[in-house]
Amino acid sequence: MKSLTEDTRLSAEAYAERAGTRKAFFTDTSICIGCKACEVACKEWNRNPQDGNLEVLGSSYDNTGELGANTWRHVAFVEQDKDRIEKARESGRKLVNLGIPSVGPPSQGGPGPAGAGQNGTAPPDTAEFRWLMSSDVCKHCTHAGCLDVCPTGALFRTEYGTVKVQEDICNGCGTCVGGCPFGVIERRDEGIIRAKTERAQSQYAQEIPNPGTANKCTFCYDRLVDGQTPACAQTCPTTSIKFGDREDMVEQARQRVAELHKQGMTEARLYGANPNDGVGGTGSVFLLLDEPEVYGLPPDPRVPTKDLPRMYKQAVMAASGMIAAVGLSFVLGARR
Amino acid sequence: MVEKPQFSSYYGRAVVKAPPWGDEIAAYLFLGGLAGGSSLLSLGAQVTGSRTLQRNARLTALGAVGLGTVALVHDLGRPERFLYMLRTFKITSPMSVGSWVLTSFSTGAGVTAAVEVDRLTSQRLPLGPLRPVLYALEGPAEAQTALLAAPLCSYTGPLLSNTAVPTWNAARDELPFVFVSSAALAASGAALVSTPVRDTQPARALSALAAVGDVISMKLMKQRMHPAEAEPLQTGAPGTMLKWAERLAVGGAAGAVLLGRYRAPAVASGALMMGASALTRIGILRAGIASARDPRHTIEPQKARLQARQADGVVHDSITTAG
Ligand code: SF4
Ligand code: SF4
Ligand code: SF4
Repeated sequence: MKSLTEDTRLSAEAYAERAGTRKAFFTDTSICIGCKACEVACKEWNRNPQDGNLEVLGSSYDNTGELGANTWRHVAFVEQDKDRIEKARESGRKLVNLGIPSVGPPSQGGPGPAGAGQNGTAPPDTAEFRWLMSSDVCKHCTHAGCLDVCPTGALFRTEYGTVKVQEDICNGCGTCVGGCPFGVIERRDEGIIRAKTERAQSQYAQEIPNPGTANKCTFCYDRLVDGQTPACAQTCPTTSIKFGDREDMVEQARQRVAELHKQGMTEARLYGANPNDGVGGTGSVFLLLDEPEVYGLPPDPRVPTKDLPRMYKQAVMAASGMIAAVGLSFVLGARR
Repeated sequence: MVEKPQFSSYYGRAVVKAPPWGDEIAAYLFLGGLAGGSSLLSLGAQVTGSRTLQRNARLTALGAVGLGTVALVHDLGRPERFLYMLRTFKITSPMSVGSWVLTSFSTGAGVTAAVEVDRLTSQRLPLGPLRPVLYALEGPAEAQTALLAAPLCSYTGPLLSNTAVPTWNAARDELPFVFVSSAALAASGAALVSTPVRDTQPARALSALAAVGDVISMKLMKQRMHPAEAEPLQTGAPGTMLKWAERLAVGGAAGAVLLGRYRAPAVASGALMMGASALTRIGILRAGIASARDPRHTIEPQKARLQARQADGVVHDSITTAG
């Protein structure tokens, strides 16, 4: 059986003249100040319900926790001492030495993209201590596990190359939740499995839109069709969240990482820019300052659909084995 | 040399999420397997002219698939939209493929079981002129269920494995074999419970084959995983369930083979085997959910495989790049 992962060129062709260029985010965590304006803008624009019980989670300034049905942007805060900073720098140097490729040499000429320089908004890092802050979001994968496994067709590839749920189609089967290698999409429901949703709603009671269906970042589809910038990117005061055509985003990301390397920040690296990775590259490219798992990102995500042809083959073999076993049983059973 | 992976995470929070699947889904896995296995038994019984076994297996198949479907629908976030499962067919989605298999199987099982009920009640079903139609459909319906029975038992392997849930995904090569063995175990167990011993020799033979398949495929499955992926199958409540599942499977099958000629031990052995199958399903379901909850099960194997590839000189496929 040939590959079952999506050919995004065909998906784009399906839109014919309506097809736009593939849109993407480049999230430059090196200039994120952790203001969470993106989280707020996303909540407001999409009218997403409250998550959790307004508790202090004991994880630096992060009291949001993680991405989920009601949280489509999540700002991570990591506090690191001298030791960890050194280790991050070392692991970044190793990446360079391994010859982990860039997608091509970064094109020369011109300083970094607008807003990319040290523009005074970044928190003052010292040699002894630093804060990592990163605004996480759905990756809008080239090969999206969530989309592949959705049985109803509720999840679809938009004309902007992004991945979106149709809330009126989704029947809440939850398959997509397991299909996502990044733990992004989630079903919006009240405490069946997870303690976190056992929330006391009374004081902050609000209407919950689309209950029982899968929810995640829509890439502000409703804004894109109007030629607008997604709410999170538009609100970001430091331009840490950049939005544009994917090609431009990857290009900017590569220039920025080269610039940081020149400044001796070898810990800088890109996440999601490689079209050969396990998900075919992402529509949300990140510049990280440590290993991905430090930010809660998987170090080697792989869309499960890549192995699906083999899984089907095994299932067919198992089914044949079962038929043979039943047949054999009747032969053995008849002899008595 | 591959370095020992160092483990760090974001405040111990999960990297991937398990689907919101409760014990209804474990029940569905068990019942779907029971239905598929029973349907194959009924076909065999038809070929060998074992009427009682055929009738009981058909009734079991319909009962199981009916209950299983209820469990499945109940676990949806929007049960009233169940039929949306059939608004499209997607080969990339085992859930979609399975929905079609399940629906077609159930239709066939419904027809054959209706015929049996009608015969049992000496044709008292209020069928009127439709009776000949129903009886004419019996053959094709039997063929349809028999054709879809084994796929119904094995598609659930890809259903769980085609996810980012570490333990399920790592089980992808062997899980269908575990599931068909477990299905055969449940179906032969049900036959031993429902059918007089003179008709159950094939079911007894099947229980032995099923138990052997179950134990071996489970062992292989755990062996081939990264230790961090196998751990949830061996520890905690799921680990205990799976340990007992193996004991019950072996005990039940041994009882069926050695004492299956006597009615009471046959019933007891059958019950043990059905219990084994149910425990296997719930254990594997819960082990997967546990594996998603702790980031170690995701990060350690991923780092290990990434480093192994890089040690082999494969450096083009990392999601993290230097530029
Ligand atoms: S990150 Fe997850 S939810 Fe987002 S597109 Fe990729 S697979 Fe889907
Ligand atoms: S929960 Fe909804 S979006 Fe997710 S796989 Fe099921 S139908 Fe598709
Ligand atoms: S693109 Fe829109 S939906 Fe997605 S995180 Fe940003 S504001 Fe939220």
